[in-house]
Amino acid sequence: MIQTELAIVGAGPAGLSAAIEARRAGADVLLIDENARPGGQLFKQIHKFFGSRAHKAGTRGINIGTELLRESQELGIRTCLKGEVCGIENGQNLWVVIDRNRSEIVKAKKIILATGATENAVAFPGWDLPGIMGAGAAQTMINVNRVLPGRKVLMLGSGNVGVIVSYQLLQAGADVVAVLEAAPKLGGYGVHTAKVARAGVPFYVSHTVKQAFGTDHVEAVEIVKLDASFNQIPGTERIMEADTVCLATGLTPLTELAWLAGCKFKYLPALGGHLPIHDDRMRTTKENIFVAGDITGIEEASTAMEEGRLAGINAAADLGYISEEEAKIRSREIWDSLNCLRSGYFGQKRRESKDLMLQTGNEVIQWKIH
Amino acid sequence: MEELHKSPAYPDRDRLYKGPIAIIECIEEIPCNPCEAACSNGAITIGESITNLPKMDFEKCVACGRCIPACPGLAIYIKDYTYSDTKALLSFPYEYYPLPEVNDIVEAVDRHGNTLCQAKVIKVRNPKSNDHTAVVTIEYPKEYFEEVISIKRIK
Repeated sequence: MIQTELAIVGAGPAGLSAAIEARRAGADVLLIDENARPGGQLFKQIHKFFGSRAHKAGTRGINIGTELLRESQELGIRTCLKGEVCGIENGQNLWVVIDRNRSEIVKAKKIILATGATENAVAFPGWDLPGIMGAGAAQTMINVNRVLPGRKVLMLGSGNVGVIVSYQLLQAGADVVAVLEAAPKLGGYGVHTAKVARAGVPFYVSHTVKQAFGTDHVEAVEIVKLDASFNQIPGTERIMEADTVCLATGLTPLTELAWLAGCKFKYLPALGGHLPIHDDRMRTTKENIFVAGDITGIEEASTAMEEGRLAGINAAADLGYISEEEAKIRSREIWDSLNCLRSGYFGQKRRESKDLMLQTGNEVIQWKIH
Repeated sequence: MEELHKSPAYPDRDRLYKGPIAIIECIEEIPCNPCEAACSNGAITIGESITNLPKMDFEKCVACGRCIPACPGLAIYIKDYTYSDTKALLSFPYEYYPLPEVNDIVEAVDRHGNTLCQAKVIKVRNPKSNDHTAVVTIEYPKEYFEEVISIKRIK
């Protein structure tokens, strides 16, 4: 058995930021991640981030990841890599399978779940052919493992993931034959879309993939136009040659551990579906368990880092390392920054949903600071 | 283009044709403000709320180009209509390898990637401070002044 004051599940931007804040305050922290390397998705984000100058905007995600790792190493944060958390009980025991061949019980006084999200898939005839993959998987191949998944890529989904990965595939030397969007208008930030458009990539709104063809690998794709109710319009099919299809069709929060722990949930579609209820200190309805990052709703690394800091500070306060007063002041500053990140046309819906979440959370979460 | 002309960072026609000027094609309220600090002349303003659109003071802009690699959206470039009798100048961000080389003849493209004309590479700057966003300068025929935005990726 491993004992720790604070166990953090997930070493992405939220988990790392939480660990750094809590450790800096003096807490004993164990950071657990199922991957061989910490950093979550940061190391494949080779583009410069938006956001505020005060919060590393203009810096490439990979460099933010390196910086967070350096800080966590300097602080001597313990990490358990290749550790899959498969169980959680009583809000304090974690069952961790390490290296897929042994398991450990981690006993923690406080737990922060920063498990992130997983890519959504869409199914169509032929979707199981090799060469058809999540956009995030393609991004890992090119930016982390430096392997080009194919030469002619069709991207399904024009949200930020779709356009960012399209751009990075171009940078890696592939051609993007088209970006399809099922909705009648494009989803990503205009500046990301513009980069891909001026590279000559065509965008098709109200279009989806009808089927994919190939023997041992995708070779061509039949695309089709959609009506206002997202039904395929017969007769509008056309064939496109492609050796890779990337699915950038949204993300779903990885909430299994929160369900397993007995946290109460709230359904907020704008943030990605069923989400563990949390308050403005990132506490869940289950005593001793906090959440941060995409598990609380699909957003961006910038918001995940701020939420992680909130959870880290408040968990440390809960453990007695930070005074109630200081935790309040620092939390308020972080909320100001989060509200800023969630303003504007793109942030407004997320902001409204977050406000609903906090309203519920602040009402129902009563567990006391010890 | 119509949206672009309405943006507080797009110069009016007179200013656009008057000499070198930085142009910011940023028309959505996204949370981002590195351009503001990149300008040492204080020509770019975002303000308190980081989702404000950038505002450009065209009197203060000296077209130094520091804002080009600072924009995470690669949405800033510099154009100069007065470069020569027949040619205009464009400096833009470029993040593909290989980089073009000075004196290369490249294909100049519009916002949809259509090739409009040939252009000559005048300068390629990629100092460490740019963090891998090279700034490429090309000269191209004046008749394509407004439409040209970048070059075709060199493979």
